[in-house]
Amino acid sequence: MKELKINAIREGTVIDHIPHNMTFKVVDILGITDTNNIVSIATNLYSKKMRKKGLVKIGSRFLTKEEVDKIALVAPNASVNIIKNFEVTEKIKVNIPQILNNIIKCSNPRCITNNDKVSTLFHSTSSSPLKVRCHYCERCMGKEDVELL
Amino acid sequence: MEFKSKDIISIRDFSKEDLLYILDISKKFEKDYDSNLLNGHILATLFFEPSTRTRLSFSSAMSRLGGKVIGFDNPASTSVSKGESLLDTIKIVEGYSDIIVMRHPIDGAARFAAETAKIPIINAGDGVNQHPTQTLLDLYTIQKSFGKLENLNIGFVGDLKYGRTVHSLAHALSHFKAKMYFISPPQLKMPKDDLEQLDKEKIKYTEGKDLSKVANKLDILYMTRIQKERFPDPIEYQKLKGCYRIDKTFLENTKKGLKVMHPLPRVDELCSSCDGTEKAIYFEQAHNGVTVRMALLSLLLKKIKNERT
Repeated sequence: MKELKINAIREGTVIDHIPHNMTFKVVDILGITDTNNIVSIATNLYSKKMRKKGLVKIGSRFLTKEEVDKIALVAPNASVNIIKNFEVTEKIKVNIPQILNNIIKCSNPRCITNNDKVSTLFHSTSSSPLKVRCHYCERCMGKEDVELL
Repeated sequence: MEFKSKDIISIRDFSKEDLLYILDISKKFEKDYDSNLLNGHILATLFFEPSTRTRLSFSSAMSRLGGKVIGFDNPASTSVSKGESLLDTIKIVEGYSDIIVMRHPIDGAARFAAETAKIPIINAGDGVNQHPTQTLLDLYTIQKSFGKLENLNIGFVGDLKYGRTVHSLAHALSHFKAKMYFISPPQLKMPKDDLEQLDKEKIKYTEGKDLSKVANKLDILYMTRIQKERFPDPIEYQKLKGCYRIDKTFLENTKKGLKVMHPLPRVDELCSSCDGTEKAIYFEQAHNGVTVRMALLSLLLKKIKNERT
């Protein structure tokens, strides 16, 4: 008998293939720790490709581009599935966007974005491994330096 | 970068063709120029950090072309000391002038200023990030001395971590297939990011701390000062200051055609005994700043017909 881990949702979003140690980071990005929507969170699920993965389901909620871009930074291989009437109607493969507008913080304390009222802007120079360059101070940052705003 | 675009912020914005075009225009200014070319134009020099050569050479360049110069070199005597934001300072000054040259201690300040201002902004140094006009005058000096930019062996010596001139020049010379020798104490090595960029462009380079091991291979010895003001820890500076010192005797044992460059100011890394030798071109390098900056001011103020478009 199949083991039912998470209930299906009628309408909403399923984020699958999250690295298992990033599941709660995705929950943070979506700000769903305090919501009335139905939320299912699973981590350390078995995955053929990833060995262990995380999965998040949110009822009655569709993600903004900014949210999808943020998820791409912590879970570059995640898929975002749009569910309507219990069916997957759209499957979005997340991508590191070319331009990251006000999504991450610059790790350079001397950067203008950390010293004045200037929104951050990054150009992605590589998606694997993740490399982004600050539009202002030109500092290059890897995944280990990325801090979401 | 076409000269339809209005600012000079980072050497990364320039293609090889852009660099060669600016050097070509600079050469024309060295031969001859119209001393009224920028008559009626005002340059504002906003120096939030100290500078001698950059500020004075921009003022000289503007004056030689008949323009006028306003500005400050001590932010303590301006509204900045009262807490005025950079955005407000730029918004005010753009109403007083036609072009702004700015040096600022914060990395990225120049890019932000350029996005804020309607008039051209020239970055005269933003923190440890960029100093593109220094790079352009360095390239001009190299081209003038060697008659070419391609395939030269250049040794960068000293503070390669915080030295923005080194980062920018290495980037610019990567267009010309230079071989680079990075000589520094381990604490002041070239940033990983810059080396990765050179790897990407398949530029040959070596890293080490002993200058004498590579000195004989070099066409250009680019000395830099250990910058006290960039060290977060003064004890670390004390440990490293004076770690390289070039004098006339050292130069006598180097390749005949070697040229020594330095963005200046120098402290003790370049002895005055080198000054009179034919290998020393650092004063000429500083003087070339006026020529190159005359070209840049004229280009940005649209006083030169862009023959490339």
